[in-house]
Amino acid sequence: MATQHSRSAARLMMAPAVILLLGWMLVPLSMTLYFSFKKYLPMRGGDLGWVGFDNYTRFVTSSSFWPSISATLTILGGVLAITVVLGVLLAILLDQPMWGQGVVRILVIAPFFVMPTVSALVWKNMFMDPNYGLLAYLWRFFGAEPVQWMSQASLPSIIMIVSWQWLPFSTLILLTAIQSLDSEQLEASEMDGAPILKRFWYIILPHLSRAITVVILIQTIFLLSIFAEIFVTTGGAFGTKTLSYLIFQRVLESQNVGLGSAGGVYAIILANIVAIFLMRIVGKNLDN
Amino acid sequence: MARAVSNRRRAINTALAWAVGLLIFFPILWTILTSFKTEGQAIADPPVFLFFDWTLENYAIVQERSNYMRFLMNSIIIAGGSTLLGIIVGVPAAWSMAFVPSRRTKDILMWMLSTKMLPAVGVLYPIYLLFIQLGLLDSRLGLVIVLMLINLPIIIWMLYTYFKEIPGEILEAARMDGASLGKEILYILTPMAIPGIASTILLNIILAWNEAFWTLNLTAAKAGPLTAFIASYSSPEGLFYAKLSAASTMAIAPILILGWFSQKQLVRGLTFGAVK
Amino acid sequence: MGRIVLDKVTKRFGDVEVIPPLDLTIEEGEFTVFVGPSGCGKSTLLRLIAGLEDVTDGLIQIDGTDATSLAPAKRRLAMVFQSYALYPHMSVRKNIAFPLKMAGLGRAEIKRRVDNAASVLNLTDYLDRRPGQLSGGQRQRVAIGRAIVREPAAFLFDEPLSNLDAALRVGMRLEISELHERLRTTMIYVTHDQVEAMTMADKIVVLQAGVIEQVGSPLELYKAPKNKFVAGFIGSPKMNFVEGPEAAKYGAHTIGIRPEHIEVSADSGAWSGVVSVSEHLGSDTFFHVHDTGLADSITVRADGDVGFRHGDKVFLQPREELIHRFDAQGQRIE
Repeated sequence: MATQHSRSAARLMMAPAVILLLGWMLVPLSMTLYFSFKKYLPMRGGDLGWVGFDNYTRFVTSSSFWPSISATLTILGGVLAITVVLGVLLAILLDQPMWGQGVVRILVIAPFFVMPTVSALVWKNMFMDPNYGLLAYLWRFFGAEPVQWMSQASLPSIIMIVSWQWLPFSTLILLTAIQSLDSEQLEASEMDGAPILKRFWYIILPHLSRAITVVILIQTIFLLSIFAEIFVTTGGAFGTKTLSYLIFQRVLESQNVGLGSAGGVYAIILANIVAIFLMRIVGKNLDN
Repeated sequence: MARAVSNRRRAINTALAWAVGLLIFFPILWTILTSFKTEGQAIADPPVFLFFDWTLENYAIVQERSNYMRFLMNSIIIAGGSTLLGIIVGVPAAWSMAFVPSRRTKDILMWMLSTKMLPAVGVLYPIYLLFIQLGLLDSRLGLVIVLMLINLPIIIWMLYTYFKEIPGEILEAARMDGASLGKEILYILTPMAIPGIASTILLNIILAWNEAFWTLNLTAAKAGPLTAFIASYSSPEGLFYAKLSAASTMAIAPILILGWFSQKQLVRGLTFGAVK
Repeated sequence: MGRIVLDKVTKRFGDVEVIPPLDLTIEEGEFTVFVGPSGCGKSTLLRLIAGLEDVTDGLIQIDGTDATSLAPAKRRLAMVFQSYALYPHMSVRKNIAFPLKMAGLGRAEIKRRVDNAASVLNLTDYLDRRPGQLSGGQRQRVAIGRAIVREPAAFLFDEPLSNLDAALRVGMRLEISELHERLRTTMIYVTHDQVEAMTMADKIVVLQAGVIEQVGSPLELYKAPKNKFVAGFIGSPKMNFVEGPEAAKYGAHTIGIRPEHIEVSADSGAWSGVVSVSEHLGSDTFFHVHDTGLADSITVRADGDVGFRHGDKVFLQPREELIHRFDAQGQRIE
């Protein structure tokens, strides 16, 4: 395979992809870095000169910074906890022998293919609307006062919507992992006299640990930048302003590009920390 | 090694799994049902489930009022175009990494993956600015390019893992049998790789179709795809459940069906082969 | 046709020299086996001859013409791979026809040759099946069929039997030998199994770490191994090695004696020990004898009806004229 001729052909064939991605990464990244050290207000005077690390300190010290971090982490933690726990249970359930397994799987997976704007809108209006939403009917049916979901329980609402979207993903991955579990291993542990709960704890869960890690890391990367769900539901109000939404507002709504860019650099650093862990796992997989 | 399970246990599993499955699917089902109701029935108290006067008028109104077809066309062009472009760039790259690996191949793959992790919001303004400069704002071409770039790492990774499964010995055998590089690709590689390429295309169309950061921020009236079409219903004056449902159903139906076909590839593509 | 000459052929991967300069001539019509432990460079050597790897240095001649930088397809060699490398999306017929199609032969000629090869290899009933529907042995035959239709100058086999079960392996071994008898085409066969080497080869090339340890006929290698490595590698069960004072008696650093060249009895012999394990094969019995004071264990091969058991004390008598002597460097002393 590896003759000199094929090597140079290979390099040539790889070039377009490498060049494109290199450009995609370097050009905007260096522009963001550049702007982050400037006072730059496109609608109010444009480029107002270098300001050093001013934007970085201002972004962190602004009153919306810590709430945005806390909103980001709350959503992240909530969604991860729900999708991983329910995902494991659901994967085990779907792995059991039953009639119509294929159809059930299709039902469970469906939410992942719904575009984020649609799921946010449908949940916000048709389910969580305090007057006409289906949940309001349900609450009234049991004699309770309907919840003002989007204003009084804004973060839990968003966590619920996003979890609904991502539960299929974690279920699917965990199901794939469970199916790869050697059934002889389970049978051996059964012969050894391990009861069901112990088998789950000592055999199934450790086997899933790698898949769970992958689920957590990949979801983290996507969840750190959820946008449409907030854009469509609360527009960042009622304490749902996440870090990425805050940056979005700084850049496009208040047109403070320097400040927003500094925030962007923070977001990039945050994402990279997660990414490093993910890449370790993926990289390990490349070796074997 | 599936073991025989008593019918009783199987029945319990079935009932439980179907109940959970239907619960998860319910919001989608409810949306589809509501799209066939009149606005009055859509907010009826108590809610009506199946026994209402089925009507198609919402679909007609939505199409008429918001020009659904134009958004649909934009979605098709943007999702299809970016995927096609990605495949054209990705196939040769994945081919060479899978079949002519060098010591740097792994690093290049990892680096490509790392570009996927760049948070979009961090580079929003530069892209916005570049788009204005290049006249790409609110153009289909612009979105085709951006979505191609953000999905290119996934395309290359997926193709790479598929190509990797084609044994190198088969290509060597073809070479020993006298096939030139062109004939090797035409007669041996392509037929063997088609299933993999097809799944890659499928998954990427889904991802591009549902992408909702760049499509919302870089388009306005002209090039907006279905994500933008639906977002336009978020304004309070647009709040009519039956019409919202009809619009939503139209936006998700094509991709839901594609998605069901490609669930296996989803795992592979989105985990970059880390879970098999 | 089919004479292959390697002249100072060298292969380096980066800084690692896999094959130091190596000379070898494979005569026309000869069945040559490259044998050695895994990682000894035998497959690399075969791939260099095939043209699937570039040589770093040196020349490869096929039929008197320089083939060093010729593309694999131009060398008129056919190869049978370890994994068979059948094209999974083509029927058996198309698989076998592929090299002919690439060579641009006419449809009638292709059909004639494929049918001919299929009848020789008992594949006629399977021509319309896909490789996935065949058994391991049948796949192996298809791979061979694909090689013979081209009427190549030489066949290259890369561990072709290692994926088959034991019974099939013996059968295919015979078939390949018969094929060689009939075609009399040069064949180069790579294996790590010394039994395959001994039974099939006209000439065996023993390789270790990319270096040729010895070239010769199977019997030459069995009777006069050039060094300890070849002595230990060829023959089954392995040759016993004894060092120390016992070897010094024969004027050597190490002596080697094959298990079949030791007599075992209950009452007399030069050496003695205790039977640890006895393996009864029916026709033969192998005794692993401990506590001889010579080596950890001495293996002895006796008739099937010799019946010592674990714990029995036995005497061993080597056949003096068949003792191999080696010096401190492991080289044979004549």
